[in-house]
Formats: sequence, structure tokens, C-alpha cells
Amino acid sequence: MTKEQIINILSEVNDPEIPVLSIADLGILRNVEVSDEHISILITPTYSGCPAMETIQEDIRFALAKHGLENVEIKQSLSPAWTTDWMSEAGKQKLQAYGIAAPAANGCSLQGDDQPESCPHCHSKKIEQISRFGSTACKALYRCLECHEPFDYFKCH
Amino acid sequence: MDLISAYIVHQADDALILGHRNSEWTGHGPILEQDIALSNIALDQIGQARNFYQLAATRITELSGDPVTEDDLAYLRDVPDFRNCILVELPKGDWGQTILRQFYFSIYQYLLYLELQQSQLPEIAAIAEKSIKETRYHVKWSSEWVIRLGDGTEESHSRLIDAMYILNPCIAELFIPSDYEYEAAGSGVGILPEAIEMAWFEQVNKVLMSATLPVLKAGKKTIPILSGKNGVHSEHLGHLLAEMQFLQRTYPGNSW
Repeated sequence: MTKEQIINILSEVNDPEIPVLSIADLGILRNVEVSDEHISILITPTYSGCPAMETIQEDIRFALAKHGLENVEIKQSLSPAWTTDWMSEAGKQKLQAYGIAAPAANGCSLQGDDQPESCPHCHSKKIEQISRFGSTACKALYRCLECHEPFDYFKCH
Repeated sequence: MDLISAYIVHQADDALILGHRNSEWTGHGPILEQDIALSNIALDQIGQARNFYQLAATRITELSGDPVTEDDLAYLRDVPDFRNCILVELPKGDWGQTILRQFYFSIYQYLLYLELQQSQLPEIAAIAEKSIKETRYHVKWSSEWVIRLGDGTEESHSRLIDAMYILNPCIAELFIPSDYEYEAAGSGVGILPEAIEMAWFEQVNKVLMSATLPVLKAGKKTIPILSGKNGVHSEHLGHLLAEMQFLQRTYPGNSW
């Protein structure tokens, strides 16, 4: 197995809380190293208390085991700290299509004062914040003032 | 336990105990969105605590040769072994008291993490770098709430004044260094809390002014009788631990 093949297998591993995004789309898959029979994978949490990290590790093991790969080591690293800037463009488009507003471009420099560019349902720019926190630590809750639908916003982080 | 490990455990204890207090709001928040907000903040804090406990456990194991885990540190120590400040262990009180405590502590923790990013111990620097983004958001959320309540109705204003009577006496402890803080600062692993004291008062007072609340006087220190940072806790911590540690005490060694 080559590194590319492993990465290809891991592209099937999705975040359990946002199942449209793979761990690569989300930017939490940081490195893959392959030497002989041994595979070493480096992942990083989105938030310190992200409850999905253990499930993600199990899902990685399961995906690789399906291809007969069992000599797998998974390490976690905190630094450099994960940022939404690492989310892929494809990932951002998948998020929008799923109904979650993607993190604003260059919004991380605003340090928490960022907001979604538009409503992911009707694309109106008339939106307002309902709550700084949404269904998970990485999201905030907004509503559209035109189509009146509430929606999650993946905060810049 | 060596003093550097104690310094790391102190950071973990502050985060865990306040995280646990905030988790007491889960299912009881005044409105659903804020219930979720506080639960998410609790999750961030318990996550930060885990990172510090894991680091301390590895270090203590290496130095002593006796295997210690993060769970041993969180669930199998008793009141005098905890190194959290009194501020975080007080009961959650009403919404105003919870908000004001979160605000005081988040600004403290934000300024602390800002400095710890330069720690000579790379693992501490990494935890600080990771945590500071979360804590910055807690500062924003709690500052907005302090202003909303302080500059809100007569009732909400008076609730915050009541909260100040309860919480303000706990502020001095944050900035009185303990032996492990001297050791950590001396070796470049951590800082003396005095280093962030002026910045803390400045930032807190800026928000208190917007909230039409009385500002705090910096530098006026009465040495408190209790010192949670040195293991001399209020009566409240024991009750908290009784609930938090129940499972591990009843079913020793149980794991996920």
C-alpha cells in the first residue's frame, strides 16, 4: 500500500457529527506515514473537548481493517492548533449543500466576530445571530431574515 | 508530586471544577440556546482539563515509577489534594452568578494561556495554543452576558450586584502565587499570576463599565483564609467531588 492509497481509504472516514465531511475535508487528518507493514496516522482535534475523537479513531481503524490493514498507529497532536483555514474548498461546498454555512473566508483574523456570508438555504445576506453556540462546539446558530429558516454556522476557529 | 506537576495539575483542576459546575446547568438553562452554550463551554473546559491531566499523569509516572492515569487524578484524589482556586468551586448560584464567575475566570484563563504559549515545556505551550481560541470565545460570550444583565433590567442588575458580593472576595486568590507557581515561573514553564494582574483588572473593568456595574479596585489584597490553590478548600468542593467521583469510587477502575 502506498501513502496515496491509504489517504484514499481514509477519504471514506467521515466526521461522526457532520457526516458529509471526511476527516481530510475537515483538516483534522494531519499526516500519514507508511513504512513496510506499519501505518502511522496523525490527527488533531477541532476543539479540546471534541467528543468525536475516539469514534474517529475507531472509524479509521475499521476503514483500514476492511482492507486488511491492522498494523496501525494513531497519534494525536495539539500543535499547530487546528483551524477552519485547513478546511478544504470541497469541504466548504459540501457543508453549504448540507445546510450548514461554511466558515467565512479569512474570518479567523476576526477572532470570534466573524459571521456567515449568506443563508445556506436561500443565499440571502440578511441574517442574524441567534446564539454564539449551536448543536456542537464548532457551530453557532443563525437565522435567515428572508426565508426565516434557522441554520448552523461553522464558526471560524 | 513535584512542583511542576503540581502546577500542571492546578491548571487541570481549575478547568475541570469549573467545567463540572457549568455542566450542572445542562438541562436546566434559562433558555435552550444558553443551556447549550454553557454545556459547550463546560465541554471545552473539561477537554482542556484532560489535556493537562494527561500531561501531568505522564510526568508523574515517569518521575515516580508508579503508573498514574488521568482518571486517577480527576476521580481518585480527595479535597485537600485539589489545587483549584475557590472561585471555581463555589456553587453555580443563579444565572447572574454563573455568568459573572465565567467572565472573571475566562479573562484570567485567556491572559494565562496567552503567556503559557511561550512555556519552556512544549506540551504546555501546545495545550495553551489549542485552548486559547476556545477561551477567547468564552470571554466574548460571558462579556456580552455581563453587559446584557448589568445594563438590563433593575432585577438583572441587582442580581449581578449580589453576585459581585459573593464572588469578588475570591479574586485576590487568583493573583497570590503558590509555591508551584514560583517554581514554574522560575524555570520558564509557567508564570507568576502577578504578571497578568493589571491586564485582568483593566479588561474586567472595561466590561463592568459598559455593564453600568461598579468597577473593581486593583491591588487591594486581603489575604483570604481559604486557599484552594494550596488545598484549603471551602465546604463546597467535597459535595462536588461526591457527585463527580461517584462512579469511579463505586466501581473502581471502570472505563468507557
